[in-house]
This record gives sequence, structure tokens and C-alpha cells, in this order.
Amino acid sequence: MSEIKLENVTYTYGAKTPFEKRAVDGISLTFEDGKITGLIGHTGSGKSTLVQMLNGLLKPDSGHIYLGGADIWAEPKKLRLVRFRVGLVMQYPEYQLFDETVRADIAFGPKNMGLSPEEIDERVIESARFAGVDEKLLDKSPFELSGGQKRRAAIAGVMAMRPEALVLDEPAAGLDPAGRDAILSGIRTYSEKTGATVIIVSHSMEDMAVYCDDIAVLADGKLKMKGTREEVFRRRDELLAVGLGVPMITDIACELMTLGVALGGDIYTVGGVADAICDSAAANGGENR
Amino acid sequence: MKDITLGQYFPGNSVLHKMDPRAKLISAIIYIAVVFTSSSAGALAFLAVATVAIMLISGIPISVYLRGLRPILFILALTAALNLFMTRGETVAFEFWIVKIYVEGINNAILMAVRITTLVLGSCVFLSYTTSPIALTDGLESLLGPLSKLHVPVHDFSMMMTIALRFIPLLIEETDKIMSAQKARGSDFSSGGPVKRVRALLPILIPLFVSSFKRAEELAVAMECRCYRGDVERTHMKVLRYGALDFVVMASLLVLLSAVIAINIFVPIYAF
Ligand SMILES: Nc1ncnc2c1ncn2[C@@H]1O[C@H](COP(=O)(O)OP(=O)(O)OP(=O)(O)O)[C@@H](O)[C@H]1O
Ligand SMILES: [Mg+2]
Repeated sequence: MSEIKLENVTYTYGAKTPFEKRAVDGISLTFEDGKITGLIGHTGSGKSTLVQMLNGLLKPDSGHIYLGGADIWAEPKKLRLVRFRVGLVMQYPEYQLFDETVRADIAFGPKNMGLSPEEIDERVIESARFAGVDEKLLDKSPFELSGGQKRRAAIAGVMAMRPEALVLDEPAAGLDPAGRDAILSGIRTYSEKTGATVIIVSHSMEDMAVYCDDIAVLADGKLKMKGTREEVFRRRDELLAVGLGVPMITDIACELMTLGVALGGDIYTVGGVADAICDSAAANGGENR
Repeated sequence: MKDITLGQYFPGNSVLHKMDPRAKLISAIIYIAVVFTSSSAGALAFLAVATVAIMLISGIPISVYLRGLRPILFILALTAALNLFMTRGETVAFEFWIVKIYVEGINNAILMAVRITTLVLGSCVFLSYTTSPIALTDGLESLLGPLSKLHVPVHDFSMMMTIALRFIPLLIEETDKIMSAQKARGSDFSSGGPVKRVRALLPILIPLFVSSFKRAEELAVAMECRCYRGDVERTHMKVLRYGALDFVVMASLLVLLSAVIAINIFVPIYAF
């Protein structure tokens, strides 16, 4: 059971100073067990703040966060255990690398959990594979890696704790297309193999459409929408109103539909739209070709 | 990390915010002189009233000042206690068991407490709460300008200071971020023996140093790319100019100084 449930959660930075800023404002939301949920929102909408509350790095001013039904702040002394269960990869995680070798760095989390050396070794190899860290890199210094390799090493460092919920703050930002696909499919594989609940913060609607089951939309610290990706992307106008959009292919599909082409089924991925167009063409006896 | 308000700029629109930074530096010096010359009860009271007035003029909420005082609370209490118990004098105020408290001790304790508090509050108002670090270094550079005739590299020093001040908040923010990232991997800074605790700091210090060096290097390259040189006559985007306001404030502080000296001489009454 690794469902994460938020109940009326609020967080304010710099309370009672001139710089006061309510970053998260009364959010109630459930991240369902075993599903991949995408968290989207414009810059400064409170995504990073929200995810840092999921593993107790930030304490909500009010409201509750339940992990598998138990309030994570019920026993503040046990927060460390919560952090092993909810693995958080922060935004731009490259800066967290510090150890002599990549292997030792990935082992930092499991070591803090007090696992046996054999177990740690096994987990390092396994998580390096999930995150796409080449085995040859394991004995290099983390400071010799490229930006993308560092990112993967940092993600592997969190996966190595084998958390039952994996939270990633913009894991693919600033990477090349091949790199982002590799990382995101590694995350999906992790979720499939371990049954972990996954939460991915991202700006890319295309990535969300391909990799997520559910999508939650934040705007100005408030929850705007939550639903399956079909439900959310269907509300295109509302998304545009909060400064977001839908995948480009969905835009194209919508334009086609206004031109009178009937498209059914999945209109969120390129493959899906291609199928839908073929179906539509076949239904019209090839007239629309 | 989040409670560092001492040494922070609060943007605003008050008279003090509008002053020339050089005038503020000079005012701060006069103010400090006032703090150290105030020794009689009347002078201290006068100083306290003046300080409160300055705080009110700054338009910054009193809660901010109180938070700024929190870090020095311990020093304040310690100084007052030491003065209270350690001062040997002539008149015993009261005694119990082996503790003897003298009137002079009480005087000293009050004197030190008021001086430290007003010193911190006053210099905070002039030098940090109402003055941005950049303006402050500009003012300092201009005030120390004449020293460059003696081949003191004033500009380079002020540039270094500007950069250092600029990087402090960044460094704090970064320390916070790295700490969070390592905590997310189960780092524990608050338990275990001293050796374990120091070891727990390594995962924070190493990335912090690495990124600081990297940032310094990047900044140096960026400055060189724009052909920056410190040893030539550089002009400023904002030219500093004294206004009537600056003279009024400095003059008021001088009046305060003379008043305090006068009170010390003519009304030498102490706490008791
Ligand atoms: N440490 C901090 N101190 C003060 N304010 C902060 C801090 N961190 C974030 N904020 C403010 O809180 C708000 C939400 O920030 P947050 O980092 O959660 O946004 P985000 O949705 O992750 O944005 P991005 O997409 O740019 O990463 C912003 O307005 C930001 O200015
Ligand atoms: Mg963010």
C-alpha cells in the first residue's frame, strides 16, 4: 500500500515577512497506488513545493499527508523511514552527487538504510540499469560525468532505496530527446517491476501523454484538475487558460475534428492519432485520403 | 537557515531607504559613537527613544527587528549576567547565600544590555535593512575613494565585497537544497556522536565546494569575456549624489550625539 493522499495541504514560504508567498494552497489529492501520475503546472505554480512535502522535507502549515493510510507527521522521529519509502529526486539533482565513485554515491541511500553490503551491491547494479547508468561509469568519479549522466546517476541513487513511491521533479528537463525517453522509460520499467506509485513533475505534455496514467494540474498553488490523461487533455481550453497546453498531436487532432474528420480513441500520442486517422479513412471508404 | 534576517535588505519607500548610501554609512558611524558615549541613565533613555524612532521611520515591521535580535539574545543575556554578578563595587544592593550583587553591577548590566541592543538594531537599520548590499558597497567604495591615491586597490576590494555579498544568499539557498537532497536519501544530521555528525556533513560540503568553485570560475570567465578590468577608472550606472535629506539625517544624528554628551556631563544620574 503506497497510496499518497493529501488533505487540504497548505504551505507558505517566509510567513510573516514582506516576502510571504503561499506556494501551495489547500490542495486535496490522491496519488493512486501503482499508477504513474504526472504533475503539471506553470513555472512557480508550486509543484516543487508540493513534492517536497510528500516525503516530509517540508512540513505543511496545515493539512495532512497520508502514506498508505498513515499520517507521515504522526511521528516526526520516524520521518527518515518515510523518506526511504517515498524516494524523492529533486529538481536538477546533479548537485547531490558527492562520493568518490558513482557506485559509492548510488550506494549512499541503501547504506543509510543499514542494508548488508551484498544487498547494497545488488541494488546499485539494479538501479543503475533502471536509470540507464552505464556499468563502465560506475567506478568513475561523479564529477567526471556529463550533465545527463549525472542526472541518471542521481536518479539511480534514489531508486537504489527501492522506494514504494518514487517522486521525480522534472527528471527529464534539459536533456536531449533520446536521453529523456531513456530516463522516462526507465522510470516506467521501475514502476512495472516494483509496482511503485510514481509521480513525475514535468512541463512536457508530450511526455505526460506517453508515460502517465493520471495527470494533476496545478495553477497558482491550487489544484485545477485531476483525472486520467484522457479526461485532462480533453479539457484543452481550460489548460490553455492556465498557461498550459495539450500535446501538439492532440492540437492537430482537435483541428482535424473541427474540420469534420471523425477521430475516436486515443488522440494523445502520435501512434494513437495515426491509427485513428486510418480508422476514420477506412470508415469513409477511403474518400478522405 | 531560514531565520537569518540579520544582514538582509527589506525593500521599502521610507526616508531612510531614499538616503545616499554614503550618508547612511556616515550616519551609522555617528550612531555608533552615540551608543558608546551614552553612559548615564538619561543618555541611555534618550538613546533608546531615538533608536525606536529610527526603527519606526524605517517602516519595517517591528516583528522583523525582534527576529533580528533573536540570534544575539544569548550573548545579550550572558553579558548582562556576567556584569551583574562579576562587578565588584561599593554599595551592596542585596545579597543571599554567596551571591552579592552591587549597585554598580546592576548599572553595568543595564548599560551593556541597552548598548548591545541599540547597537545591533541601529546598525541593522542603516546598513542592512534599508540599504541593498550593492548600494552599500558602492557607498563604501566612494567613501574610501581617496585611499586609491595611496595605491590601495579600493575598487577591487569593493568588487570582491559585492560579489561575496551577492553570493551569500545563493550559498544559503544551495546549502538548503543540497541538505534536502541528502535528507531525501536518508542523511541524518541530528543523531550519533560528534564524529558521525561531522561525517554526515561531508555529503553537503563536498557538493557545495564543487559548485562554488565552478560558479567562481564561470563568473571569472564571464567577466573576462566582457573585458572587465578593475584597475581602470570605472564609472557607475547610478551616480551617487547627496541630497538635502542626507544632510538633515546626519545633522540630526550629530545633534543626538551632542545631546547625549551634554546629558552625560550635566545629568550624571545612574540607574539607581
Ligand atoms: N525557498 C523559497 N523561499 C521563498 N519562496 C519560494 C521558495 N521556493 C519557492 N518559492 C516560491 O514559491 C512558489 C512556488 O515555487 P515552486 O518551486 O514550488 O514552483 P514550481 O511549480 O516547482 O516551478 P518550476 O516549474 O519553475 O520549477 C514560487 O512563487 C516561488 O517563488
Ligand atoms: Mg520546480
